[in-house]
Amino acid sequence: MIGYIFRRVLAVIPVITIVAVFVFLLLRLTPGDPAAIIAGDAATPAQLEKIRTSLGLNDPLPVQFATWVGHLFQGDLGISLISNTSVSSMIADRIWPTINIAIMTIILSVVLAVPMGVLAAWRHRTWADYAVMSFSVLGFSVPVFVIGYIFIQVFSIELRWLPVQGYTAPSQDFGKFLSKAILPCLTLATIYVALIARMTRASMLEVLGEDFVRTARAKGVSETVVLFRHALQNAAVPILTIIGTGFALLISGVVVTESVFNIPGIGRLTVDAILARDYPVIQAMILLTSALYVFINLLIDVSYSLIDPRIRY
Amino acid sequence: MTAPSQAVSHLQPVLRLLSLPKRMRLGVGPMIAAVVLLIIVLASLFAPLYIPHDPLAIDALNRLKGPSDAFPLGTDAFGRDLFSRVVMGGRVSLFIGVGAAIVSVGLGLVIGLVSGFFRSADAVIMRIMDSLMAIPSILLAIALVALNGPSLWSVICAITIPEIPRVVRLVRSVVLTSREEPYVEAAIALGSSMPKILWQHLMPNTLAPLTVQGTYICASAILVEAILSFLGAGVSTEIPTWGNIMAEGRLYFQIKPMLIFWPGLMLSLCILSINLLGDTARDLLDPRLKKREA
Repeated sequence: MIGYIFRRVLAVIPVITIVAVFVFLLLRLTPGDPAAIIAGDAATPAQLEKIRTSLGLNDPLPVQFATWVGHLFQGDLGISLISNTSVSSMIADRIWPTINIAIMTIILSVVLAVPMGVLAAWRHRTWADYAVMSFSVLGFSVPVFVIGYIFIQVFSIELRWLPVQGYTAPSQDFGKFLSKAILPCLTLATIYVALIARMTRASMLEVLGEDFVRTARAKGVSETVVLFRHALQNAAVPILTIIGTGFALLISGVVVTESVFNIPGIGRLTVDAILARDYPVIQAMILLTSALYVFINLLIDVSYSLIDPRIRY
Repeated sequence: MTAPSQAVSHLQPVLRLLSLPKRMRLGVGPMIAAVVLLIIVLASLFAPLYIPHDPLAIDALNRLKGPSDAFPLGTDAFGRDLFSRVVMGGRVSLFIGVGAAIVSVGLGLVIGLVSGFFRSADAVIMRIMDSLMAIPSILLAIALVALNGPSLWSVICAITIPEIPRVVRLVRSVVLTSREEPYVEAAIALGSSMPKILWQHLMPNTLAPLTVQGTYICASAILVEAILSFLGAGVSTEIPTWGNIMAEGRLYFQIKPMLIFWPGLMLSLCILSINLLGDTARDLLDPRLKKREA
């Protein structure tokens, strides 16, 4: 087991390295002068030179890469070209709204989606199944921001139940935080719920046809226990996997949702940075989110054996 | 004497095609999806023939107007006809969807075949693909568009690159299972050339799953284009797409929600139909599922 975890952690290293190389090359291999791309059309030669020196663009590529990685290991993500402050402090300032919303969304999604999927599998080919599946297909088909605007239109503008946009920290005023975070979380959860519910249903359908489910029912175990203990536990691995890979969707969703609801999180920070071509921030954000994605999937991989004793390494 | 029977035999394929949904026991859902999609595709293809206004014509006197005889769905903030923009936008959105699907399936197929067949290349290629998959696709796409400029092709490229690893994985898994089959061994023993084995013996196995994957990519490309436009990294508004019509409408959302509603509805209907058809195709092509139903 420990050997497996060790090997699995080692396997992360090449992935992160390639991501780093890729992120690094993204700007350098773009046709044209990177400094000119960052500075835009109206830049003076002095400005271009300043950008080149601050990014180290005058050095040969391998030297640039080595310096950049060296700084990364010291926790130095670079200096923003626009605000001239350190990227790590910019991220630290903006990360909490995103983390709060993301955690709420994940909890909300799992709490909603897993029972939905179980219900759909249990009542296979009834209206309940069709309702869950329709919701799931719909969730994949409507863009996140359209869902966000529909929620704003219905709950904030027509019904006036909730504020339109904005963010309040939970430490400041928890009630206000909740009232402002509900719509973004619901918006973000839609696609995640669709994904998890669909996988739960498929996985449960497979398991419900197995002999041990029939045996459990035959010996008179109550249906709830059959579904949630016998079946769901055996169906858990693909569900967990999809929660992990769906995390990428969540990151994309965060970027859009924060723009719709005007939340000052790292999603907005990234979009603003990309549109302003603030390259150090872009690099740091892509690297950070990729590392997070890899890390979460690593955790999930390792947790399989805890959930499903049949899996041994 | 022979003429009538010949006529019947000519009709045979048509009859077979018409009775296809029934023989496959398809529900109403996929049929409706197919009809909706067909209408959207035809309406978009022939849009230049019937649109009442030039989708780019600015009419300063008729800004943000409601629906009227002259403007069936009203006008946007520049007085451009929303109806004309939405149907013309469908052309570009569909083009992006189909373009991204073809490019990513094509490239993914080649890389996947190589990766599945040559063990030495496999490790390297798959590490690169894993890394590409770890980068959030929207971030990668907006970064690519921001760096390469907001042209149609750079948007298609930006959508395609994050999709390739998924196709590669799929093709590779099919190749890995079928490369051990006796007919591949036989082909190797007979001295067939490597490209011939890959293309003639292994590639056909990937066609069914790739068709399904292609429809999903097409749907997701249309969605991603909309998101890119929304975030300000999409095709410039001189080429209307469902995405950038909504992105522009966003500023006037509180005054005129219809600017987001109509393109959003078209886009959602279109993606919904493509996804439903993809699901149907997957169910039909998956032998495991068929066995379970029997």
